[in-house]
Amino acid sequence: MHAINYESPKTIDEAVKLLAAHGEKARPLSGGTDLLIQLRAGTRRPDFVVDIKHIADLCKISFSAQHGLSLGAAVPCLEIHENPHLRRHYPGLTEAAHLIGSLQIQSRATVGGNLCNGSPAADTTPALIALGAMARIAGPGGERTVPVEGFCLSPGRTVLKPGELLVEFQIPAPAKYSSDAYLRFIPRNEMDIAVVGVGVALTLDPANDHVVAARIALGAVGPTPIFATQAVQALVGKKLDDAAIANAGTLAIAAATPIDDMRGTAEYRRHVVGVLTRRALAIAATRAKASA
Amino acid sequence: MAASTNGTEYKIIGTRPIRHDGVDKVTGRAKYGADYTFPGMLFGKVLRSPHAHALIKSINTEKARALPGVKAIVTSADLPKLADKMEAAGEQAINLNHLSMNILARGKVLYDGHAVAAVAATSGHIADEALRLIEVEYEVLPPVMLVDDAMKPGAPILLDSLRNKEDGPDQQTNVAAHMQFKRGDVNEGFKQADYIIEREFKTAMVHQGYIEPHNAVGIYNADGHATIYCSTQGTFVVRSLTAAVLGISEGKIKVVPAEIGGGFGGKTTVYLEPLSVLLSKLTGSPVKLTMTRAEVLRATGPTSGSTIRCKMGATKDGMLVAGQCWLAYEAGAFPGSPVGAGAMTILSPYNIPNILVDAYDVVVNRPKTAAYRAPGASNAAMASETVVDELAEKCGLDPIEFRLKNASHDGTPQTVGPPFKKIGMIETLEAIKNSEHYKSKLTGPNRGRGVASGFWFNVGLQSSATINVHTDGTVSVVIGSVDIGGTRAAQAMIAAEVLGVDINDVRPVVADTDSIGHTDVTGGSRTCFATGWAVYEAAQDIVRQLKERAAKLWEKKPEEVVFANGMLSPASGNGVKPMSLKELAPRLARTGGPIVGRATINARGVGPAFATTLVDLEVDPDTGKVQILRVTVAQDVGKAIHPAYVEGQMQGGTAQGIGWALNEEYFYDDKGILRNTGLLDYRMPTCLDLPAMETIMVEVPTPGHPLGVRGVGEVPIVPPPAAVANAIYRATGVRMLELPMSPPRLLKAMLKKRAASDSQAAAAD
Repeated sequence: MHAINYESPKTIDEAVKLLAAHGEKARPLSGGTDLLIQLRAGTRRPDFVVDIKHIADLCKISFSAQHGLSLGAAVPCLEIHENPHLRRHYPGLTEAAHLIGSLQIQSRATVGGNLCNGSPAADTTPALIALGAMARIAGPGGERTVPVEGFCLSPGRTVLKPGELLVEFQIPAPAKYSSDAYLRFIPRNEMDIAVVGVGVALTLDPANDHVVAARIALGAVGPTPIFATQAVQALVGKKLDDAAIANAGTLAIAAATPIDDMRGTAEYRRHVVGVLTRRALAIAATRAKASA
Repeated sequence: MAASTNGTEYKIIGTRPIRHDGVDKVTGRAKYGADYTFPGMLFGKVLRSPHAHALIKSINTEKARALPGVKAIVTSADLPKLADKMEAAGEQAINLNHLSMNILARGKVLYDGHAVAAVAATSGHIADEALRLIEVEYEVLPPVMLVDDAMKPGAPILLDSLRNKEDGPDQQTNVAAHMQFKRGDVNEGFKQADYIIEREFKTAMVHQGYIEPHNAVGIYNADGHATIYCSTQGTFVVRSLTAAVLGISEGKIKVVPAEIGGGFGGKTTVYLEPLSVLLSKLTGSPVKLTMTRAEVLRATGPTSGSTIRCKMGATKDGMLVAGQCWLAYEAGAFPGSPVGAGAMTILSPYNIPNILVDAYDVVVNRPKTAAYRAPGASNAAMASETVVDELAEKCGLDPIEFRLKNASHDGTPQTVGPPFKKIGMIETLEAIKNSEHYKSKLTGPNRGRGVASGFWFNVGLQSSATINVHTDGTVSVVIGSVDIGGTRAAQAMIAAEVLGVDINDVRPVVADTDSIGHTDVTGGSRTCFATGWAVYEAAQDIVRQLKERAAKLWEKKPEEVVFANGMLSPASGNGVKPMSLKELAPRLARTGGPIVGRATINARGVGPAFATTLVDLEVDPDTGKVQILRVTVAQDVGKAIHPAYVEGQMQGGTAQGIGWALNEEYFYDDKGILRNTGLLDYRMPTCLDLPAMETIMVEVPTPGHPLGVRGVGEVPIVPPPAAVANAIYRATGVRMLELPMSPPRLLKAMLKKRAASDSQAAAAD
């Protein structure tokens, strides 16, 4: 491994200055569960590593039933999973955070890092997209906000420009009769990476089981996480019965663009997108009904 | 007192004492290979081929040598060119020229990860950076990755000089050898059959998956002597192979065994050891090399992927009459797959009058295979035990009844010819048949139960043992067998049993190659059998000497002294107080000096091993994912010295066999580059993927062995892939003919079957 410089700024401004000064040669370090592996393998060779875990604003969770959730980019996954408010209101997101690696990894790994790593198989990204999360980005030219579904460009590449830093996620307050779910398929029962991941969020009309709002996102079945808009459009306004769920599954399959690799064939992944979409919708519906 | 099935009552054998190396291991004091460090030590790294098959046009190390901190760089030009000579290396013979070419590629790289050069530098990071500065010019050649493709006419040729007897001296080939085994007349046999099943199977290349990567520290002294500290299954094989590769006399090398973090056969050859000595010789400093996980997977020896055709015939009443098998195994880049063992095990659990088995050893652009727990037998059993299961179904017989009708027993001829002596195949089947598990009902949708049996030869080979008696009455048992599965505890128990001392008064020690007589590898399930036998004899040597000393004290002849239940006493007691070893030990100086017991053995009469495995599982009908619900393995263990470690072997082999069955495979892309070079994507089962595995130890003692010991380490890996396949069939109606039976493969087969039955139903309408 080549020699690197390590910086540990205390404020967002400082971090942005450092990142801007070193441009492409700098890389933010959050939990490090991806970056350290990439450094050792030589697949990323930054000269400057900017540790963002000491910036207080990036490590905060704040939730209110009125304003929703502000989730710092450097909050470790385990903290998300252990937060009772988040578990109650965003069970899909907390499940996704709790699926990543072992407890040790979850204590380091962050949702922000998961997104910025740019992997299409990131577990928390479909869960964030399903919740309609927005990514707040600080940079040398000021701040901007990007919907999470627009954040990844291709494997390993994101909308972040040199000098920019993901600061937090803003997640809307949960509507009445709403909930979410995240399922991933892995060949084993733990310590694995998604072959397919599906995140869904649903709001139901308790009077008639009609879908008031829905979002479906897919992981590991394309070069970036996918927001399955057509599957969503087909659901909204309909009664959430078996036929509607099956149809959403079929439309989710149509949105997937998987490849054959060591984790599964494209054919297999398409099939599993349908399976997990149906299963996740059923779980989210049960939760939404129970949420009131 | 522990009960014994062979009529002998033991005090210590058959109990479960705490292992002697346990405290060091749980407190982190145990030294593994990578823990060794020496003043002035340099760190070595290996440059590896990014291509599956390519000519090396040139290697330029100039820029790398100029990097501050780089002390030496070696390529194959620094190794002597060796003749194609076979050298014994534990269970298998090794071609020394090929071994040398595997350690550093000579003119050609033959697989992704093939070592090309090695660097020694003042830090690992500098050595890594130096690798990036070495310029290698390659001419890329088309690779051939699969055994079927490598056998086709016109396939890319890996080794220019490789020939086989059948194709003759003018024909270049990837087929290194063809073996054939025959008994009776297989065509006549099939004529008698009412049912014939013939299937073709494919199994993927898999790795042993030991957790500790390979490592070596080499120290070359100015006097021409070298010391190697490394994690290996055989210090003496490291010594002889390193000496051969470097062209130095083996007596000038001392190999010190580290604790070993798993081997399963994969640590019975050398990769880094010769490089560590060579780099140390060039730099004058100790040099340490350790592999990364990616290097372990890319460049150390996995076991073969294979294509196997298996045809078996049975009469209506369920008697096997003929078996014909065709096996082709991927050897990796150099000849030497375990296809011979596959061929000799595939039909051996059964008494079949007519057999014909053909076996082909084939080179492909993959790493050279190494031994893996009953090498070659799991692939073979996947084929034969699936076909046996199908035949049982055709005959309308319970799969265990069918196996019992045909099971090999004492006197059944083996595939290789000579009849079996005392074996326990039938006993393992009976044990499963009578188990609570088999009698229990498996209920619920998508669930199935499967059974399969397996056979492994086991080996004997050479071992040495020394026992030293200390003045406080404790003894040290010095052996050359590296301890992988708790064998140190077992050796200590054998000594304690014979000498009548407390197990905690025995200190087992695994010695270096200068401190113990030649001892072959810890492999072939031989350690408790052969080294245990040597320890038993060494303890008898102590007993003989104790009698002499007591005789001296009592002014009697040695033959007038009796040793029983740990006490020495005169044959005709006349008021003399019996004496234990502990009581005699302080008096050794005054009765003639220290006592050292010693024994060496080239153990014969090895007892072959059989196991039968029962698996319950559930298949997710939507995803093809298999969840193992319950596993019971019954194994003939001869005599369990330390039952907990025998059970550990049975469970460990079963776990590996299930991993092989379900998800493990080498995944190469179309250019022959290994894509799953880490344990994230090389999917071994985790503890959440396996239930607690139940074990039934069947004790059929090996005749001739003083304690009836039978090797136990390998055979439990043989039945699981077929047992899982047979269970999947009962859960889904799908016969899986390919390993691993991963979710994508299984789902595809299930969907195909559903589509077929849908169209049948439609046709019926």
